[in-house]
Amino acid sequence: MSELQFIWFLLIAVLWAGYLFLEGYDFGVGMQFFTVARDQHEREALYETIGPTWDGNEVWLITAGGATFAAFPYWYASLFSGFYLLLFAILMALIYRGVSFEFREYMPTVPGTQIWERLIAIASFIAPFSLGIIFTAMVSGTPIDAKGNLSAGFFDYFTPFTVVGGVAVVLMCYIHGLNYTRIRIDGEMRYRVVKQLKVLYPLLVAGEAVFAVLLFFYTNFIQTKPVATIIILALIVATTVCGWWLTVAKDREVLPFVASGLTLVELVALLFVGLFPRVMVANNPAHDLTITSSSSTPYTLQVMFIVVLTVLPIVLAYQIWSFWVFRKRIVAPKVVE
Amino acid sequence: MQTLVGIVDLARFQFAMTTIFHFFFVPMSIGLGVVVATMETLYVIKKDEIYKKMTQFWGKIFLLSFAVGVVTGLIQEFQFGMNWSAYSRYVGDIFGAPLAVEALVAFFAESTFLGLWSFTWDRFKPGIHLIFIWVTAIASLLSSLWILAANSFMQNPVGYAIDNEKGRAVLTNFGELLLNKQLWVEFPHVIVGTLVTAGFIVAGMSAFKLLRLKKNDQQVPFFRKSINIALTIGLVGIVGAFITGDQHAFDLQSMQPMKYAAMEGVDESINSADRKDKAQPWALLSVTNPKTHKSIAKIEIPYVLSILGNHSLTGGNTKGTLELNKEFEKEYGKPSGYVKDYYVPENTLFFAFRIMAMGAGLLALVALVALWFNRKKSNLILTQRWFLWVLGVMTFFPFVVNTSGWIVTELGRYPWVVYGLMTVADAVSPNVSAASLLTSNILYFLTFSTLGGVMIWISRRVLIAGPDAPEEEEATTERDPYDDLTGKEAKA
Repeated sequence: MSELQFIWFLLIAVLWAGYLFLEGYDFGVGMQFFTVARDQHEREALYETIGPTWDGNEVWLITAGGATFAAFPYWYASLFSGFYLLLFAILMALIYRGVSFEFREYMPTVPGTQIWERLIAIASFIAPFSLGIIFTAMVSGTPIDAKGNLSAGFFDYFTPFTVVGGVAVVLMCYIHGLNYTRIRIDGEMRYRVVKQLKVLYPLLVAGEAVFAVLLFFYTNFIQTKPVATIIILALIVATTVCGWWLTVAKDREVLPFVASGLTLVELVALLFVGLFPRVMVANNPAHDLTITSSSSTPYTLQVMFIVVLTVLPIVLAYQIWSFWVFRKRIVAPKVVE
Repeated sequence: MQTLVGIVDLARFQFAMTTIFHFFFVPMSIGLGVVVATMETLYVIKKDEIYKKMTQFWGKIFLLSFAVGVVTGLIQEFQFGMNWSAYSRYVGDIFGAPLAVEALVAFFAESTFLGLWSFTWDRFKPGIHLIFIWVTAIASLLSSLWILAANSFMQNPVGYAIDNEKGRAVLTNFGELLLNKQLWVEFPHVIVGTLVTAGFIVAGMSAFKLLRLKKNDQQVPFFRKSINIALTIGLVGIVGAFITGDQHAFDLQSMQPMKYAAMEGVDESINSADRKDKAQPWALLSVTNPKTHKSIAKIEIPYVLSILGNHSLTGGNTKGTLELNKEFEKEYGKPSGYVKDYYVPENTLFFAFRIMAMGAGLLALVALVALWFNRKKSNLILTQRWFLWVLGVMTFFPFVVNTSGWIVTELGRYPWVVYGLMTVADAVSPNVSAASLLTSNILYFLTFSTLGGVMIWISRRVLIAGPDAPEEEEATTERDPYDDLTGKEAKA
C-alpha cells in the first residue's frame, strides 16, 4: 500500500464523516416535520433552518461517491452494484426529498403542502436507515466472488447487526437534528425538543451497547484490532453520554450539537478503522477488496490529490461562511387558538 | 445468454431514460441561471424595480428546474456503479476523476451560492447579492465542462493507456483528457444550447401569459421585456449552436465516421471525384432498411453535403455505413453475442439529427419574428395572437431539440460504451438481476412522470399568479440572540 492510497482511504472516510455530520442533522430536521413541528408555521420554521444549506450538505455525498469512483473504482463498482436496491432506495429518498423542499412552497392548500412534507419526513428516515445498513453490511462480510462482484440476497443485507446499524444511524441523525433545531429555532419548539432528547439519549446509549455486542459477533473488528475498536466504541458511548449530560444537567445547546455530530464522525472512524486495509469485506477472506487491489493508479491518485488539496479549503471556507450567514434563530409565529 | 441480453437492454433503457429526463432540466437550469443573472445585472445597473421583479419571478422557475435537475443528477453519478460496474472498473481510473472534480469545483459552489442567493434578498446590498447568482450560474456552466469531459472520453478516448495486467484503461495524461477535441466542440455546443432552452422557456411562458392579459394590463411591459431579454440571449445561443454544431459534425468525419454516415443517411460510400458534379449530395430524406442496412428511399440535394462536410462547394468523400461496418469488423473482429455488428440505428440517427438541426432553424426564425414584433415601436406582438400561440408552444420545443441532439451523440456511439475500447454488452453489471433493473426502471418512470407533471402544473400556477402575486406573508422572523447560545438566558 502506498502513502497515496492510504491518504485516499483517509480522504474517503473524511468525506463520509463530513457528509454524516452535515446532512445528518438535515435528515433529523426532516424527520421532525411531524414529530416536533405541530403546525404549518412550525414546519416552515424548521424548513428555513436547513433551506439554504441542505443542498450544499448533500454535495458531500456526491463528492464521497465521485471520490470513491476516482480513487477506488473497484470499490465503487462492487459497492454500488452489490447494494443495488438499497442504493436505489437512497436515490429515491433523496430525489423525493429534494424536490419536496421546493414543491411544498407552491401548493395552494395545506393538505397539498403536507403531501410533500410527509415525503420529506419519510425520505429523511429511509436515506440514513439504508446508509446504515449498507455501511454495516459492508464491514460484516458479503458474498463477493473472485472478480469482486457482490451477489447478495435479502438476508445478506438484513441481519440483526445491519438493522441495528440502520436504526442507530437514524437515531443519531434524529438526535443530531434535535440538537440542531435547538440552536436554530427560538420559541416553543426549542424547548419541546429537549423533552424528546431526554427520552432518546438513554435509548441511543442502549442501542450503542447492543451495536457493540453485535459488532463482536458479525465482524472481526475486535479480533483483529481489539485496542482501536474498543477505544472508538468507548468514545462513541462517552460522547453520547456527554451530550446527554450537557443537555439535561447543564442545559447547554451548542456543545450537545457538536457531540451528536461527533458520534456520527466516530461511527465512520470505527467502520474505516475496522475495514483497514480492506475496503469491502467478503465472506471468503480471499475475496476481500483491499485498498491496494481496488485503487486507481498512482498518477490518478496524485492528480486528484492535488485537486482536492487546492479546492477543498476554498469549499470549506465558503460553506462555513454560508453557515455563518444563516446563523440566526428562526421564530415561528405563535398560533392563537 | 438470454438473461444477459435482458440486462443489457434494461440497463441501456435506464441510462437513456434517466439521462434524457435529467437533461430536460440541466439546460433549463443552466440557461435560466444565465438569464436570471442577466436580469439581476440589469437591476443593479439600471436600478429599475421591474428588473428585480423579473429576477424574482423567473427565479422561481429557475429554482424549480434546479431542484429537479440536482436530484435527477444524483442518479447519474450512482448508476455507473449500479448498472455499469464492469465499465466502472475498466475506466474508473480515468472516468471517476472528472466526476469527482465536478462535485468539488462546481456542485459545492452551485448549491451553496444558490442557497445564499435565494434566502438573502433583503440582507445584502444588490451588488453583493448579484455575485451570488453569477457564482451559481458560472459554477453550473463549469459543472457541464467536467461531466462533458467524462462523456467526451467515452466518445473519443484520449490521454489513456491500457493496463493489460489489470485489464483496464488507465489515465496517462489529465491535460489531454481536458483538451480532448471532442470536449471543445461538445462543451460549447451544450452551453449555447442551454441559452436557447432558457430563452424559449421564458419567452414562451411570457407569450402564454400575454394571451391571458388585456392589452393595457400593467403586467404587459413586464412580459414584453422578458421576451426581449430572453430571446436576445436565445438568439445568441442559436447562432452559437449553428457554428459549434457545424464544427462538431465536421469533426465527426474523422472521429466517429459511422455516426456521421448514419446522420447523413450515407449507406454506400460517396466519392465526389467519381461523380459528375464532383460534389457530394445531401439526403433531405433517407429511410434505411434496418435489416439490410441499405437505403430504401432517398431524396437528395446536390452539393449540400460537400458544403457541410467539406466546407466547399465540391469535393470530399464520405464513407458509407456498409463500408465502415466492414472496416470495423476487420479492425475489431466480428462481434458476437449482444452486439451483432457495428451499425448504429441509422433511421433514428438520421431523423433525430434533422429534428435537431431543422428545429434549431425554426427556433431561429421564431426568435427573429418575435423580436421584430416585440420592438418598442410596434404592438404586433399583442395583435398577432396566432404568433403568441406559436411562441408559447415553442416553450417545449428546445426539449425536443436537446433530446434529439443527445440521441444522435449517444446512440451514434453504439455499440461502444467507450469508442473503440469497450462495447455496451461488456460494460454492464453482471451481478444485478433483471428484476432489480425492471423494478428500478418502473419506479423511475413513475417518478419522472410525477415530477414532470408537477413541474408543469406548478409553473403554470406561478405564471397565472404573475409577478405581482402577493408574497405570502413572511411567517417566520429571525432572532439574533447569540449571547444566549448556551440557553441560559432563554430560560428566564
